[in-house]
Amino acid sequence: MEQHELRRMIDDVKAGVLSRRRFVQTMVALGLTAPMAAQMLASAGIAQAQTMAGPSKRGGGGLLKVLWWQSPTLLNPHFAVGTKDQDGSRVFYEPLASFDPDGNLIATLAAEIPSAQNGGLSKDGKSVTWRLKKNVQWHDGKPFTADDVVFNWEFAADPATAATTIGNYKGIDRIDKVDAHTVKITFKDPNPFWAEAFCGAATGQIIPKHLFDAYRGGKSREAPNNLKPVGTGAYRFVDFKPGDIVRAELNPNYHVPNNPFFDRVEMKGGGDAVSAARAVIQTGEFDFAWNMQVEDEILRRMEQGGKGRVDIAVAGNIEHIQCNQTDPWTDVDGERSSITKPHPFLTDPAVRQALNLLVDRASVQEQIYGRAGRTSANFLNAPSRYFSKNTKWEFNPDKANQVLEAAGWKKGSDGIRAKDGKKLKLVYQTSINAPRQKNQQIVKQAAAKAGIDIEIKSVVASVYFSSDPANPDTYRHFYTDIQMYTTTMGAPDPQTFMRQFLSNEIASKENKWSGRNITRWRNEEYDKLFAASLTELDPVKRAAQFIRMNDLVIQNVVVIPVLWRLVQSAISLKLKNTSISGWDSNLWNLRNWVREA
Amino acid sequence: MRKYVLRRVVLSIPALAGISLVLFTILALAPGDPFEELATNPNVPPEVAQRLRQQFGLDDPVVVRYARWFTSMVRGDWGFSFVSRVNVDVLILQRLPVTLFVLGSAQILGLLVALPIGIYSATRPYSIFDQLATTFAFIGFSLPTFFTGLLLILLFSIHLDWLPFIFRSDIEATGLAWAVEHLKQAIMPITVLALFQAASLMRFARSAVLDVIRLDYVNTARAKGLSERVTLLKHVVRNALIPVITLVALQLPGIFTGAVITEQIFRIPGIGSLLIASILANDTPVIMAVTFVFSCLVVLFNLVADVLYGWLDPRISYR
Repeated sequence: MEQHELRRMIDDVKAGVLSRRRFVQTMVALGLTAPMAAQMLASAGIAQAQTMAGPSKRGGGGLLKVLWWQSPTLLNPHFAVGTKDQDGSRVFYEPLASFDPDGNLIATLAAEIPSAQNGGLSKDGKSVTWRLKKNVQWHDGKPFTADDVVFNWEFAADPATAATTIGNYKGIDRIDKVDAHTVKITFKDPNPFWAEAFCGAATGQIIPKHLFDAYRGGKSREAPNNLKPVGTGAYRFVDFKPGDIVRAELNPNYHVPNNPFFDRVEMKGGGDAVSAARAVIQTGEFDFAWNMQVEDEILRRMEQGGKGRVDIAVAGNIEHIQCNQTDPWTDVDGERSSITKPHPFLTDPAVRQALNLLVDRASVQEQIYGRAGRTSANFLNAPSRYFSKNTKWEFNPDKANQVLEAAGWKKGSDGIRAKDGKKLKLVYQTSINAPRQKNQQIVKQAAAKAGIDIEIKSVVASVYFSSDPANPDTYRHFYTDIQMYTTTMGAPDPQTFMRQFLSNEIASKENKWSGRNITRWRNEEYDKLFAASLTELDPVKRAAQFIRMNDLVIQNVVVIPVLWRLVQSAISLKLKNTSISGWDSNLWNLRNWVREA
Repeated sequence: MRKYVLRRVVLSIPALAGISLVLFTILALAPGDPFEELATNPNVPPEVAQRLRQQFGLDDPVVVRYARWFTSMVRGDWGFSFVSRVNVDVLILQRLPVTLFVLGSAQILGLLVALPIGIYSATRPYSIFDQLATTFAFIGFSLPTFFTGLLLILLFSIHLDWLPFIFRSDIEATGLAWAVEHLKQAIMPITVLALFQAASLMRFARSAVLDVIRLDYVNTARAKGLSERVTLLKHVVRNALIPVITLVALQLPGIFTGAVITEQIFRIPGIGSLLIASILANDTPVIMAVTFVFSCLVVLFNLVADVLYGWLDPRISYR
């Protein structure tokens, strides 16, 4: 979509000619479903949609039983290791605002969402002012104030605390307490994604100052409340057994009238995804189960005449194949895949283009993932205003043959193409995971048709995804020619997500392979675009920048997107208002959940 | 006798130290680290994982880490879990009661089934009853617990919808309702474990009784005019069960490890599921502690079996 066209539509929304809903729908029709449309409109000064379906009276709902097949191990959001911990904490803690399934900001502890219109956003994009709700109490009766917000930044941004949320608070220069219920956040640089701090359950949950003040920095592990949360949420703490169960009960002083519906919540952990799906969909023993990584065929069978259904939420996670730009087979100074030694043949655009033509995405989607994924040509798929329309994919072994032939890669007597004594032999690695091994086979077979010989390698997930600098089999070392895994997006903004193609983020021995750029691809235009996007306050221009970045990555075949993965949960047929969001915790809307008789 | 026990206890100390060294080395050599999930999350800067590695001392050489672990272990400090940051002893104590309940009930149920059947089979060897019992014992013996567990779930939870297959440690009800609920959810895992135990115990009891029942003193007892019942219970079983009891004592630690899989299937929050979860998360302090507890149990029950055997059978003497 063209910039000016978008602008015209935004103007229409402003003028009231076009409803917010219609605006989003139009974008859907154009293939531009915009979870971030909200922020796009917000920056242009349009009020937020605030009507949420919820219970008609507080309490009386009995026991809500939810099942996580990985169990929460601690309940401090700043130390959350995975979604399980974030979700466990989210039962008790709340952020200033949450992201709904479309990526809209929904005020939670904030009285309203900051916008240019209400004076919340400064013109230079360097500061944002949040007005907080006034009637909010912590579960122990103490009032929630601006001090708590300031404290969370100080707590998380201190490197000694080693908070997993530090990335979202690093960019903050200072936070001023304007009055007891107003804070002004000043960023070091203009920040187009100002919702990065204090929003969304992943990183925005706020812990009470009066209970954690004594446990800053290195002492943070010892805080007794890491396991006994005292939050502001709709449910308050009853009991927690790490790795097993989280229990909560209705908070009678909750700050939203008529919320919540259930009297008690029980979050059970452990086991495996298939039996979790069974407990919700088939037997109805539980009301909700998280992250159904189960073959679609099995889920469909359970759904027939069952007591539950599969819910699908859009997120930006992408299963993709990376092409190594460096030589993984030559050791340079104790490091393979060194930036000083380019790959012998993957640097040839024709080879990468041929590979791109050999990935049968439709088969992968149909035969392996089903409803859990969509085919896509793009690396950046959601929020959909960042979805590029300039790319397309095809599966065409004949064309791949032509491309290679034209580039001078000739088939040898063994059927493998070669040029200048270099044979097209690749090692393709991924983690051990049944769908991924099937995927590898599909690619290997297609590649063989084009004279490319692929050797398959699979690594145990705990090794492949580890951060151990001494282990050569991690995805970060990337000691093979191509590899495949899923990158998660987390926030409904591509700023962090697109970092992984920056020249200064290259993983190397020097940074103990902690750099985000695993493919070791370098492109000046990309670097410039990214730098510009960091301070670009016009959401339309910024979207255009990210689309261009995506196009650069796709057109150069730095990565081959295989499948755009969605988030699946199992939900009881009776449970309503769950609104599972791919941009926030599964439990972001827990206060509104109800069970119909 | 006291001297013997003392000597065994003293001897077990270097054995346990050796075990801990081997365990620690294997864990240290095994790849992976507890911050895997942080590494793949683009929102978490890599410095966080590095800082945590440093804070938890993961970057030190293995020897240093082992020395630190060993010295604090000797002082009674089991360290804390890298994942939940809770002290390991707290975690284990939280999990222990459920495991003891399930394993204890399974063991008792197993004995209750195995002994009568085994003894009765032995008195009528190769009868139809004996043949049937033997067949079932072999079936129970050869079916792994994870398979029978899934079969039971399929039948009783999914087809009949009688029993829940997810174990909940916090049941809300009180009194009788609590007991009933608890029994309902515990019955499948207990049965699975008990059947597996019973199969081998039954075969063992049968052969032990068969050995004794043919001895001359049994015939003497019968010749004295004692009833078959008294002969069997007072004269045969009493002697025949001595090796069975030692077998039970020796098997106990084995059940703990066998329960790991059953706990995982039924989501029982016991020691076994704690072990699996911590292995998957590379949570070294917890893995060390749990496996070390298991090895202590093996050493302890070996000693118990030996002592018990001598106490029951006066012919055995200790030197």
